[in-house]
Amino acid sequence: MSPLLSVRDLDVKFQITRPGDMPWTRPRYLHAVNGVDFDLEPGKTLGVVGESGCGKSTLARGLIQMVPATGQVLWRGETDLLSLSPRRMKPFRSEIQMVFQDPLASLNPRMTLGRIIAEPLATHRPDISASERRRRVAGMMERVGLLPQMINRYPHEFSGGQCQRIGIARALIAEPKLLICDEPVSALDVSIQAQVVELLKELQRDLGLAMIFIAHDLSVVKNISDEVMVLFLGRIMEKAPKAQLYDNPQHPYTQALLSAVPIPDPVAERAKRIVPMTGDMPSPMNPPSGCVFRGRCPRAQEDCARIVPQPEGGVHRVACLHPGPLQAGEVA
Amino acid sequence: MVMTSEQAVEAAALASKPRSPWADARRRFFRNKAALAGLAILVFVVGFALFGNSLAQWSNEELDYNVMGQIVELGGPSFASGHYFGTDDLGRDLFARTVQGTQISLAVGLVGALIACVVGTLYGAVAGYFGGRTDNIMMRLVDIFMAVPYMFVLILLLVMYGRSITILFAGIGLISWMEMARIVRGQTLTIKGREFVEAARATGVSAPIIILRHIVPNLLGVIAVYATLLVPLMILTESFISFLGLGVQEPLTSLGALISEGAGTIAYGTTWQLGFPLLFFCLTLFGLFFVGDGLRDALDPKDR
Repeated sequence: MSPLLSVRDLDVKFQITRPGDMPWTRPRYLHAVNGVDFDLEPGKTLGVVGESGCGKSTLARGLIQMVPATGQVLWRGETDLLSLSPRRMKPFRSEIQMVFQDPLASLNPRMTLGRIIAEPLATHRPDISASERRRRVAGMMERVGLLPQMINRYPHEFSGGQCQRIGIARALIAEPKLLICDEPVSALDVSIQAQVVELLKELQRDLGLAMIFIAHDLSVVKNISDEVMVLFLGRIMEKAPKAQLYDNPQHPYTQALLSAVPIPDPVAERAKRIVPMTGDMPSPMNPPSGCVFRGRCPRAQEDCARIVPQPEGGVHRVACLHPGPLQAGEVA
Repeated sequence: MVMTSEQAVEAAALASKPRSPWADARRRFFRNKAALAGLAILVFVVGFALFGNSLAQWSNEELDYNVMGQIVELGGPSFASGHYFGTDDLGRDLFARTVQGTQISLAVGLVGALIACVVGTLYGAVAGYFGGRTDNIMMRLVDIFMAVPYMFVLILLLVMYGRSITILFAGIGLISWMEMARIVRGQTLTIKGREFVEAARATGVSAPIIILRHIVPNLLGVIAVYATLLVPLMILTESFISFLGLGVQEPLTSLGALISEGAGTIAYGTTWQLGFPLLFFCLTLFGLFFVGDGLRDALDPKDR
């Protein structure tokens, strides 16, 4: 099957100081996403994990031109989304929809549920009559587990989980092919998280959606993804099918992340051995030379400062000069 | 059937009517005693301006030849002569004149606030939403306009084009929108960073529709509050102009002009000529300020 989305060498740079601010200021850049590439097939889910500030959300926004990005984002192997003008990008915006992190903040407090959910439909399909639109909105509400008689209510009357369902309904009403979920469950309670994740899986199965699922919770990502990509400072550290990444992580960063996942069993949790990581996240404005992870890596050697490791390998790609399974000396 | 607590909550929620954020604000406003008193005063003043003429015994242009020349002795407020508020220096009925003055003053205030709302909101929202160079140029333009002393410009306008109510409206409209544009721009900057605006952009909603559908409705609270505080400001400006003798032209009058006349004759003992216009002037301002305050409390986003 040909990929729905194939991303090559995606770069997102933000200008921190503008060159014209003062005559002597030189432009400084924050390199938020650096050379990311991946393919996504229809109906599959790519999980994206990483710490705060590693460029997960920026990556998602770069794909749909919400932030200026360079590189290539090939849609169905035909159209490079990054080369399109805003006007020509518009039809693709109905095919790629987003679900946001803060459920309440992503809904306009002055609009009723019906108008919020109908907005993508009203934007992309002005030919659909108002009554038909209302019918579809009611159908979609039922689908995501909301009572259709709530159509005239306002967002502040709903709980976080319900608001996220509204956000999902809005994203799906225009029948997209790709859903970008930007930490859709991070702001929800654990029990509600499970409901929303199950809902997303169910909808994905029924509608054949492809998903990019961003999260910092590895267990949620494990539940929903087919493939998982680990980012650090805007670069891919490791990318592999789910089973391989979780059972046989090769990159020391992935190993450290996985070892930090709490186990819901106190005995096992106490016996668990974690990989300690020292130091802080390096500044993205002034990234370290060579491997960006080397300052926190237990395996860092002298060559790590010289060579920038590229994600190599076929299905299981690791960007590390000294990859390999976890070694005995590295756990505490 | 046994209901779980969640179902019970949901059932209760369904039984209640949908509450819009506006309905919530209305409820808070009507719970505020001072705001209600302000609203009552305002209703009284507006009623006076609209229907006062049908109560008046004299028109505002008629001269009462019986009291002429003996204003101090005969021109005082009295029911017998039909001059409820007394007469002015020329023997015209002050009640009718006050009604007319209130009409003009309210009209000036409303027109000024209306222009401020429409022009200022759109200008500020456009500048704030597009940001960057557009924002810079638009707001620096406002800075430049604001640096010009507006009273000077207003007086020049009135001198150049003659003293007419149209010029006064135009002049007040010209100055009123700038402050509003600044406030709206600032609020727009905070709203445009919210996720629902991003969601609309990601969906492909065009910029004019985002401004009108997502940004302006969320600004209305701020606009409403500022507009109610702007009306008295406009009235004060007009009164000042009229006090200087450059405002509305006879036989039209405004509260400011009446107060100016009354202040001029107070030495002769005709205190009612100052008192009654001043009373209505103060009532209007009090009413508007209290209503504005109440609106601010009711629409305060922190309470939401």
